[in-house]
Amino acid sequence: MGLAIAAFLGVFLIAPILTVIYVAFADGAGGFTLSHFASFFQITLMRESFFNSLYVAGVTVLVTSLIGVPLAYFTVRFRFRGAAIIQTLGVLPLIMPAFVGASAMQLLFGRSGSLNLILLDAFDLSIPLMDGLNGVIFVESLHYFPFILLNLSVALANIDTAMEEAAQNLGSSGWRLFRRVVFPLALPGYIAGASLVFIKVFDDLGTPLILNVTNMLAPQAYLRVTSIGIDDPIGYVICVLLVLFSVGAMAGSSWFLKGHDFATLQRGGAAGLRRQLTPWQALMAYSLVIALLLLVLSPHLGLLLLSLSRVWSYSVLPDAYTLANYSAVFRDSTRMMLNTLAYCGGAALLDVVLGTAIAYLVLRTRLPGRQWLDHLSTVALAMPGVVLGIGYLRSFRDVELPFGMGPLLGSGLIFVLAYSVRRLPYALRSCNAALSQVHLSMEEAAQNLGASRGRTILRVVVPMMMGGILAGFVTSFITAAGEISETILLTSRESLAPMSYGVYLYMQSIAGRGPGAALGVLAVILVGLGTYLSNRLVIARQASMERR
Amino acid sequence: MTEPVRVDVENVSLSFGASKVLDNINVTIEPGEFFALLGPSGCGKSTLLRLIAGFNRAQSGRVCVAGEDITAVPPWKRNVGMVFQSYALWPHMSVAQNVAFGLEEKRLPRDAVRRGVAKALELVDLTGLADRKPGQISGGQQQRVALARTLAIEPRVLLLDEPLSNLDAKLRHHMRRELVALQRRLGITTIFVTHDQEEALTTADRLAVMDRGVIQQVGDPMELFDAPSSRFVAEFIGSINLVRGSLQERDGASALFSSGAGVFSLPLPEGAPSRGEITLAFRPHALELALPQQSGDPARAWIPAQIGEREFLGEFIRYRMRAGNAELLADVPHRKGEPGFPNGANVMAGIDPTQVRVFST
Repeated sequence: MGLAIAAFLGVFLIAPILTVIYVAFADGAGGFTLSHFASFFQITLMRESFFNSLYVAGVTVLVTSLIGVPLAYFTVRFRFRGAAIIQTLGVLPLIMPAFVGASAMQLLFGRSGSLNLILLDAFDLSIPLMDGLNGVIFVESLHYFPFILLNLSVALANIDTAMEEAAQNLGSSGWRLFRRVVFPLALPGYIAGASLVFIKVFDDLGTPLILNVTNMLAPQAYLRVTSIGIDDPIGYVICVLLVLFSVGAMAGSSWFLKGHDFATLQRGGAAGLRRQLTPWQALMAYSLVIALLLLVLSPHLGLLLLSLSRVWSYSVLPDAYTLANYSAVFRDSTRMMLNTLAYCGGAALLDVVLGTAIAYLVLRTRLPGRQWLDHLSTVALAMPGVVLGIGYLRSFRDVELPFGMGPLLGSGLIFVLAYSVRRLPYALRSCNAALSQVHLSMEEAAQNLGASRGRTILRVVVPMMMGGILAGFVTSFITAAGEISETILLTSRESLAPMSYGVYLYMQSIAGRGPGAALGVLAVILVGLGTYLSNRLVIARQASMERR
Repeated sequence: MTEPVRVDVENVSLSFGASKVLDNINVTIEPGEFFALLGPSGCGKSTLLRLIAGFNRAQSGRVCVAGEDITAVPPWKRNVGMVFQSYALWPHMSVAQNVAFGLEEKRLPRDAVRRGVAKALELVDLTGLADRKPGQISGGQQQRVALARTLAIEPRVLLLDEPLSNLDAKLRHHMRRELVALQRRLGITTIFVTHDQEEALTTADRLAVMDRGVIQQVGDPMELFDAPSSRFVAEFIGSINLVRGSLQERDGASALFSSGAGVFSLPLPEGAPSRGEITLAFRPHALELALPQQSGDPARAWIPAQIGEREFLGEFIRYRMRAGNAELLADVPHRKGEPGFPNGANVMAGIDPTQVRVFST
């Protein structure tokens, strides 16, 4: 069992990555060389891309912090009605991937978008929000700030209020109180959020491509491999850099947290009291929340408008409305929707089966090396989609499926495998949490009554874990449905394409933007509906469990 | 060290929503006094302490320190040092950084901060641990750091919120004595919150017993133990026997008392009612036990009782007895070679009338 899982991870996760790294350092004659790296840094475009990627990821972390940190602080520490709304915003990035909204953002905030048309008219001024790298930073910031908001909020809410009161008691208040005590105590949450934002932005392929920004690392890797060829080493050098920075950011953040004792020592004292806002502060807070809400929802609203528009260019709002985009999508793209359901459903199913098995092996058995299964699957967290995609193309290019079903790369199976491997950490986390809540005595009771180990798992463990398994399934499904990096690389012909590829493809042409938006809206509805239904299911299950 | 100051709490009332947490509190803590707030959980003692520190706002009334009204002063400008129950040491700062914090907030020059830290750590005997993190030291040491951190700013008043409750029994006794010694040395006005009556009695100069947001009685420990003003105070501090009954007739100093525990005559203290329903209250050690055929001290009021169970506590034996339909506790000093009475034994219990307190009903 353990060996089978290890073999699966070895073939579909580790081997493709090692292949990529190998190619980047191989001199073609089986020897080791750094010459590919040297030539990488000799190409002006590559150097530029490298620094652009660092710049965009860095500035995005900065912008998301500027939005996320004050919001987290206000919602956790003050009493006002907007708090619940802001916290709900956190689910938005799960529901719609950044690249889907990017075109709509172009129409709203671009050089000739709604905002600038209004500003030009009124003040003869325009803001280059969407120009080049700015556009990537802007779109990514609006998309990813909830990572910082949510992580930091949890951390803030976990701080014993006595920690803050002790500082006040010793004469500290306001900004100094925040800077010297509150923020340092919540630092683990912030670091976790910020490193996640950095990695996501650094590795993102979809958003820059949609915004037509190609002088960044991920787009360059894609372009090298698809236009120059699968054997061009520069693409692999980029992949190694992407892996290096992702792993570096993750390792850096965990190293940083390990070196510091952040655990809130004791909890006791009063439950977190929320402070009352003065009328002046309330006005500020509400204006901020409303402005932010408009901004954050703008890609969604823009996408909806775009999907309903007949023509929309050089005008504040669309000139005419129609449902034709939707009928076009249903006519042309049902295949893509079915593909998405099949790939993501398959991947999510595979994930929860693997996740449950790994969780059981790690938590309940003495299998030697069982921890490595956990570590191995976590590796995927730091693996950029572009890297895995290129690794798959290279590693499996000659692999044929049995029974004459053609090449592996030309089948839907490759999507299921690619999606499942990268989403496994999410599912595993859910399954781990669910299993650790099943008390060992539950299993011992079953075995005491004559159930074998297998029967116990089937009749007691898995049913009791079902809530967590379901949650893992949904997370895997949703994130896979919005995946674009691997998808762009692995889609070899249109009949294999899932919805996310469809959106990307449509958005390439002006005429396709309407149907593309319609497809995006449908994807959002599909994902939203799935989330809602599974939440209902989990809640209903919990309720019935409690009644028993 | 600065001159000790007085703390006045005047007419303070506070409610959270519909529930009254503090109800017209009036109390004065004298300069340099070690004052305890004692009561069961939820009685409002911690709320009162937090109010003095500025973390709770009263709906009415005021708090004065050294005669100056601080009701509207924010917590960070009060210079009223508080040691939290959880200690609230910041885990991201070393011991020295924790202690330095308050001095830095006062914008003291760097060497003054360093001297202040050294002085405070020396005060609690922790000089060697300055560079440790709070997570690397023991619970008792954490408690000292919390104390040092508060004392470093030389507060006008020291507030202690159940400071010993997180320590194990042995350490608690030790820290208790150290705390008292430190307070005596510094002479700082100190308010101490606890639910542990023994802790309050042993440490405080004076204490206030609180229940349901009201101060029941203020006095020194002996006064509260010997002369509780209400049944609540009597029951909360130490163990006590309460016997309800009615006064039948009064003859000079003596009165005939009829109760579920029996009918007996005993001299009553001055000011006790002469007729009607009353409750007699006396501590378990006010009872003496004798065999039925023995003749006991005639100054005591003797009633028959049967021993239900006994607990051997070393210094004394505690008997739980039945007298009529009343339950009584008796603490009898234990001496080597005296096995005491067995369970189920019939005995005579003699009440020392000088130790009796009378509550109307």
